[in-house]
Parts: sequence; structure tokens; C-alpha cells
Amino acid sequence: MPGPTPLFYTFHFYLFGLIAVASALVFVTRKSPVAAAMWLVVTMFSLAALYVMLDAQFIGAIQVLVYAGAIMVVFLFVIMLLNLGEPSQIADARGLGWKLAAGAVGLGLLAEIFALVRGTVAQPFSLPEGYAAQQVAAQGAISPIAGPLFHQYLLAFEITSMVLLTAIVGAVVLGKRRTDAR
Amino acid sequence: MPPFDLSIPAQLTAALGPDLLLMGGASLLLLWAAWREPSQAHQRAVGYASMALTIVVGAYAIWSLYQLRSATGGPIAVDNFRWMADAVILLGTLFTIALSIDDNERENIPVAESHVLVLFASSGMMLLAAAQDLMIVFLGIELMSLSVYSQAGINRRSARGAEGALKYFLLGAFATAFLLYGMALVYGATGTTNLADISSRVTRLGLAHSPLLVIGIGLLLIGFGFKVAAAPFHMWAPDVYDGSPSPITAYMAATVKAAAFAALLRVWMEAFPAAFAAWQPAVAGLAVATMIVGNAIGLAQRNIKRMLAYSSIAHAGFLLVALAAGSTQSGSAMLFYLLAYTLATFGAFAVIIVMARGNDRPVMIDDFAGLWSVRPWLALGMGIMMLSLLGFPVFGGAGFFAKWYVLQAALQSPTPQTTLAVILVLTTVVSAGYYLYVVMVMFMKPRPEGSIAPGATPALTRAVVVFSVIAILLLGIVPDRFVRLARAGIMHAVPTADAAPAATASTAGTATP
Repeated sequence: MPGPTPLFYTFHFYLFGLIAVASALVFVTRKSPVAAAMWLVVTMFSLAALYVMLDAQFIGAIQVLVYAGAIMVVFLFVIMLLNLGEPSQIADARGLGWKLAAGAVGLGLLAEIFALVRGTVAQPFSLPEGYAAQQVAAQGAISPIAGPLFHQYLLAFEITSMVLLTAIVGAVVLGKRRTDAR
Repeated sequence: MPPFDLSIPAQLTAALGPDLLLMGGASLLLLWAAWREPSQAHQRAVGYASMALTIVVGAYAIWSLYQLRSATGGPIAVDNFRWMADAVILLGTLFTIALSIDDNERENIPVAESHVLVLFASSGMMLLAAAQDLMIVFLGIELMSLSVYSQAGINRRSARGAEGALKYFLLGAFATAFLLYGMALVYGATGTTNLADISSRVTRLGLAHSPLLVIGIGLLLIGFGFKVAAAPFHMWAPDVYDGSPSPITAYMAATVKAAAFAALLRVWMEAFPAAFAAWQPAVAGLAVATMIVGNAIGLAQRNIKRMLAYSSIAHAGFLLVALAAGSTQSGSAMLFYLLAYTLATFGAFAVIIVMARGNDRPVMIDDFAGLWSVRPWLALGMGIMMLSLLGFPVFGGAGFFAKWYVLQAALQSPTPQTTLAVILVLTTVVSAGYYLYVVMVMFMKPRPEGSIAPGATPALTRAVVVFSVIAILLLGIVPDRFVRLARAGIMHAVPTADAAPAATASTAGTATP
């Protein structure tokens, strides 16, 4: 976005960022798996809003459709199929030492993010100012993704569908309750 | 020769015909397998159809070999190496399905989908043999691994099977992470996933010693080392091989290894020839560790499937010697070795299937005591397999020439690997300790009192044993025909050892202006 960022934009960007972080925190602290999954949906929606504000409207829409929609439904299915039992029965497997170590790693990663934000990105990895918005205005948000996906990487795309099919068949074969041969 | 344009149907079938036929046929068979209630008759019918499909695809691949088409660049390689690797893979697939049909019936696993999963795994392996792009390598490995993970646990009544399958899945996923991270770093260093482009950029930009690329190659080597069960990444193999159904164990030991080695050789020869100096010591070290660990621990095994697991680790070490040599003969030596190893492994596992007593009880080497007196032909067949795995001249047939060609590749490479060759010969002598022990037990020990003779050999299992014995002995008499074919159209890779000095010269040239 060329020029100074309008206050309206900045306000909403940080608003959605805060919602995403807060709901992610609530998501990992819930004991009930269904409630946790619902909070994850909120995180996904806030992320989608952030994508839209970053001129990636297509990824924003896909985020809602695929993550908040399809994948969360599968999560809920798995949670209900597995029937984990009462939340109180699910004991925390790790002791205090593990929690402290995990917290330290998390703080380290957070510090890394702040360090990266303050530093400058090397030239080959950064786009010129306003480049994404120009591209979206010139050829829309979908065709820069669709072009490579269905031309250059079509073979890889099709093989991926075979990989997913195999994973599903394998899971069903292993998971099916078996009656012995007659 | 430009790469094939996959959007033109004629060029698509020329480049990917057998692969597409196998994937399409397997998908149709999947529908048929799921159509009926599970039963032994249905399992058998789907198995026969899968075998027929495998034979047709194999014939198609061999026909493609004689078309002598070739193309460079692009994501898919079209060359003799690929078609011959496909033939070895499909031979293993055929054996696996044949043994599975009988084994499923005996172990009462009426799952028709198990054969289709083998076909899916094989289509992933064929992609691995053809992949000229790291993306396709990754997808091929995943397609192969996902179906083999579920195959490992197909016998749900076996506690050891469940344990093995879970271990295989978790450690395999862990190894995949290494592989993917390595690919990401190689991409970060070179900006491309295409093998030929990686090679040319490494040479042009002088990246051979860039830390990003070297760490990427190292992580790739760890990932591949896991898939081929090279020491010290072999820990999963004995438990998984022991717990899985025997046909699947043979498939994992021989065919998965063949596909992983085909991809490993192609990636190393086509993408990283300029970084030869950086990776050669690592591959040589891996080969030495694998040969010593596999053969030394193999001596201590009493369970025959665990013994063959360590033997399989040792063979991965021998194959790594061919890779470490980095010579023009490495590819053909590796292909011949994989063919001989596939035949001997499936033959040996077919005999183990006959010896198995069910009830999830492992087959011990001592169960073979005095087999000569009750089932002489079976004992003779097993003896040939053991001698072939050992690499014994004449009676070991193809196994002897397999080791011979690997030694030749190591010694005639531009940078002769004398140390590796010496260790190969010495560890082979050590391996005689466990291969000949099986032969000794079968022919010289008396049959224990009151032990029941193994049941009748089912027809398909017997066919696998007979075919393996004949093929091993024939290849032991006339090995050169196969090798000449493999050598004629070896992949377009520049032999690594020759390329290393040339690469440094050309980078020096680009640096001066």
C-alpha cells in the first residue's frame, strides 16, 4: 500500500491480529477438544481477514473454505469418532520441566520474530512496495496461482491426488472393523 | 533433446505411459475390491487381476525400453535406467502379490484392498525411478511409504505387526521431515527443484561449498538413508521386518530399497555431481558403517526374518559402495545388484512363508533343521537363495556377479575406492557366518524328534521359488546381456568424479570477468 497507512487499516490489522493470537491461546488451553476446535475456527477466520488485508484475497477465501470449513469438520469428525472421554480423564502427560522447556523454546521463537521484523530482508526475498496490489489489479488474485498449478506443476498436483487417495485407502483398510472371512 | 511436453497426448504417453496405466488400472481395481463383501475368493480374484495388470505394465515398460526414446530436462526422465529400474520394481510387485494371495488366505486376512495398496506403492516407486525433480521425488516417496505403512499393519490380529507398523509410520514420518527440509535447503541455495537446473546452477554460481547446499545434501542423505535402512538410520528395520506379513517384508526389503536407491542415484548423479568432493566422504562413511553393522549384528540373529533384516541392511551398504564410487558403471552395477537381490530375497521369503506355523509365532533358523530330509527341493531352493545373497560363485548365480560389478565400479572409478572394496570383501566373508549357517542347519543337522514337516507349498508360492532359482542361476551363467542393456543407455548424468575438476575450472572461468 503506497503512502502512509490509513489509521482505519492499521486499526483493523491489529484488531484481527489480536483476535487471532488471543483465540489461539484459548484454543491451546481448553480441556474439551470440541471447544478447542471451535476456538481454532475463530483463529482461522482472523487469519483469513489478515490475508485479505495483505492483498491476498484468494488465499483469504481459501483459508475460510478449506481450513475453517473442510479441515475443521474433519477434525470434529475425528474427535467424535475417537470418543476421547471426559476432559478430566485426559491427564497432562508432561511434568513441570517439560512445560518450562517448551515455554523457553516458545520465547526463543518469539524473540526471533521480533529480531526478523527489526532487521531488513535480503533483496532477492523481498518484493517492491505495492507489488502485490499491482499484480492483483492487473491479473486478478486467482490466475497467478492457477497458472503454475495447472501448467508447470500439473503433474505434481495430480500425483498429490494419488498420495491422498492412498492415504485414505490405507486408513480405511486399517481402521475398518473386520469380520472374518466366510 | 528437449523435454517431453506433457500437454501433448502422444508425448505424455511416451513419457508416462506405464505409470499412467498402473495408476489407472489400480484405481479401477480399487473400485472392484471395495465392491463386494470381503471374502477369500474375492481377495484371490483381485490378486490375480493385480498380477495381470503388473505383467501388462511390465511388458509396456520393457517395450518402452526398446523404443530408445530419450529426453533431457523436465520433471520426468525417459532413459534406459528408468525403464530397467521399473522392470525390477514390477518384478518385485508381481512376487509380492503372488505371495500375498497365499499368505492372506493362510493368515485369514480377506482384504482385497491389500493388493491394490501394493499397486499404489509400486506406482510411487515407478515415479521415483523416473523423477527428475525434487518435488516428484518427494511425492513418489510419500506415495510409496504411505501404502507400505498400511501394508505393514494389515494383519490386525498380530500384536507384533501393529507394533512394527506404528514404529515404521512414526520413524518414516520423521525421516520424511529430514528429506523435505533437505529439499527446502537445496531449493533455497539454488532456487530450483529440477535436478539438471540444480546441477548447472551449482556449477555456474560456484555453490559446491555453500553451507546451505551442503547441509541440504546432508539432510537429504539422512532421509534417503532412513528409507534404504543404512546404518546408523537402520534401527527401525529389524522390528518392522519381523512384525510385517512376510510378503510385505520381502517387498520392503527388496523393492522399496530398489526404488529408493534408483532415486538416490539419480538425484546424486544428476543434481550434485559438482559437489562430489563434499558428499563422497559422507556416502563412503555411511557405506562402511552400514556394511559393518549389518553383517556383524546379522551374525547374532536366531529369528530368520530378523537375520534377513540385518542382511538387507548389509546389502544397502554394498549398494552405497556403488554410489560412493560415482563412476559411469555405478548405475548398471546397482541395477544388476538390485535385480539379483530382488530375486534372492523373494525366493527366501517364499520359503519362510511355507515354514511359518501361524499364531503370530516367529520363524527361527533352527526350525530349518533337517529340512533336507523332509522337503529336499525346498531346502535346495533356500540353499541357492542363501548362496546368492552371500555372493557365492556358480551356485550363488547372479549374487556373485552382483558383487563383482559393484567391486568393478568401485575399483575402476576415476577416484578408485580401494578401501571400500576391501571392506566389502571382508564383510562379505563375515556374512558367510550367517548365510552358510542356514545351509548347514538345513543339510547337516538332524530333524528334531516329533517336529512336524511344513505343510504343502501353495502353487503361487512354489512358482515364486522356482522362478527365482531359475533366474538366479541363468543370470549367473549369462549376466552380461542385462548389464550391457543397462550400460547402453545409462542416464544422462555426467559421471561425478570426472565432473568435479571440470566444475571447479568453469567456476574459476566465470569468476574472472
